[in-house]
Amino acid sequence: MQENSPAERIYNGIIKENPTLVIVLGMCPTLAVTTSAMNGIGMGLSTTVVLTLSNLFISLFRNIIPDKIRIPAFIVIIASFVTIVDMLMEGFTPALYAQLGIYIPLIVVNCIIFGRAEAYASKANPVSALFDGIGMGLGFTISITIIGFIRELIGAGSIFGTPIGNLSDFMPSIFVMAPGAFMVLATIITIRAYIINRIEEKNGTRLEVVHTDEDGAGCAGCAFKDNCAGKSTKIETAAAAPAVSAAKAAAAPVNNAAANTEASAGSKAATHTEASAGSKAAAPADASSDNKATGKEGDK
Amino acid sequence: MGQTQGAAGNETAALRNVSSNPHIRDSITTQKIMCYVILSLLPTTIYGVYHFGIQALLIVLCTVASAVLFEYLYEKLMHLPITIKDGSAALTGLLLALNLPPRFPIWAAVLGSAFSIIVVKMLFGGLGQNFMNPALGGRCFLLISFAGLMTNFSYDSFTGATYLARLKAGEMVNSYDMVIGNEMGTIGEGSVIWIVLGACILILLGVIDLRIPGSYIVSFVIFWVLFGGHGFDPYYITAQLSGGGLMLGAFFMATDYVTSPITTKGKIIYGIILGVLTGVFRVFASGAEGVSYAIIISNLLVPLIERWAPLKCFGYVKSEK
Repeated sequence: MQENSPAERIYNGIIKENPTLVIVLGMCPTLAVTTSAMNGIGMGLSTTVVLTLSNLFISLFRNIIPDKIRIPAFIVIIASFVTIVDMLMEGFTPALYAQLGIYIPLIVVNCIIFGRAEAYASKANPVSALFDGIGMGLGFTISITIIGFIRELIGAGSIFGTPIGNLSDFMPSIFVMAPGAFMVLATIITIRAYIINRIEEKNGTRLEVVHTDEDGAGCAGCAFKDNCAGKSTKIETAAAAPAVSAAKAAAAPVNNAAANTEASAGSKAATHTEASAGSKAAAPADASSDNKATGKEGDK
Repeated sequence: MGQTQGAAGNETAALRNVSSNPHIRDSITTQKIMCYVILSLLPTTIYGVYHFGIQALLIVLCTVASAVLFEYLYEKLMHLPITIKDGSAALTGLLLALNLPPRFPIWAAVLGSAFSIIVVKMLFGGLGQNFMNPALGGRCFLLISFAGLMTNFSYDSFTGATYLARLKAGEMVNSYDMVIGNEMGTIGEGSVIWIVLGACILILLGVIDLRIPGSYIVSFVIFWVLFGGHGFDPYYITAQLSGGGLMLGAFFMATDYVTSPITTKGKIIYGIILGVLTGVFRVFASGAEGVSYAIIISNLLVPLIERWAPLKCFGYVKSEK
């Protein structure tokens, strides 16, 4: 897909950089209003409207807004649209408005909107910014609707406000309370990451996590060695000091972040640090015995 | 580097029994400790079953069995070593069952043990890694989720509020009944006599340290005398100590190795926090009982307590500066 095309922006917002499940922004509405699927849809769509319009207008004004006072300028634009949405919702959907309460005015300080304004809309052309807003908004809407749906189903035993028999007597209502929001969100993030990683593994686009290894401890000294799919790499600190910093920079983003950013750039992440990646030496058990030897072996 | 050596030594350690300190070994194992605790809980459990009838036995059996089963299934699915033989899952199940009302539905008890084992214990890394007592985590999960079922203690001819709730409402209750356990409550919290008997066995065996329950009970009594509204009145103190889950919590759940401090000073601070929190919940909160919340909140404070009251290392001298 072409970079910054409308379709790419929408795909990016919903799947690749989903604001709730990947960037983990906008946690306040995500955790607070998702007690039911309807709340999720209402909150998501109102945020989408504000996000789309503010993205469009920030992009239109991006050359006029002075860099030093861009944040106040963004706030003015966002707050105007939030006020409009707030009044429209109060007039046309009073029930939903009462349900969402303070969270509608709080869209002004939603990190997703600020994040997109700062990171994308203020640098992109209006059409891309508009579709970025739609994509991100839909990504947010879909995520919080799913969270709301699950919480409503297993916490209150109903679907979209319709109770299923007397199911509510058998459902742990902790899921419509605060702890349930965290549990459901974490589970969904995990499942999404698992699925995406599987797909990437299948397509061969997933990059192995390469950890830098400055003190020669290998995987043995790492707290995550049991659950890690990555490989340890011996860095010759004395020989190539710049390589260490480069490797650090490359190894810093993990999993998805690395896959997203590095893959699109067309370079295999941290290839220059994979001194021993080819040999079995980096497996935790072996690496523990003698790192220096294996590191050199890999170099050959 | 020390870390590296420790991990690198794994293979050699297995072969030659070389390890880092401590070097003094004891014949006591996790399995044995869990076994002792389960055995010392048996008097309480048997009394509970005798007092509340066959339904209580069914709850105990189902909760224990399901706790062990969930641990087995989780470890099987995650390709982890199976650790059900260490008895910690069975103990969690038993403690959870002792924290449930005698007419609690079985399906909900099983749900509670699933939460205890899978969410509180296994997701955080299994035995030794859990941040709060799994049984109490499960109990609080059930208490929040099924408040109606969890606070319905009526059985046979006994209905209405528990003695502790009546006490809070200003009624006079028979404190003798509370001591011997002829009252309503969860399966395990009934009789103080049997709980203390079990606790004595554990203290004599050296499994639990008297510091935590001791400082817990003493600080709770002091708090009650100061803020309870009745001053130093043995009647109310006896009733408060023997009502609810205070004794069971103090001896069997606050002393859980994983979720209590290991330092001497830390244990006393932990006990005092427990006592004060329980007092606050019982005196100022709307409910009559607060032991389980007090314990899980204190569990969360344990890392901070240990940082504040660290172990004094052998040979350690404070620097002059």
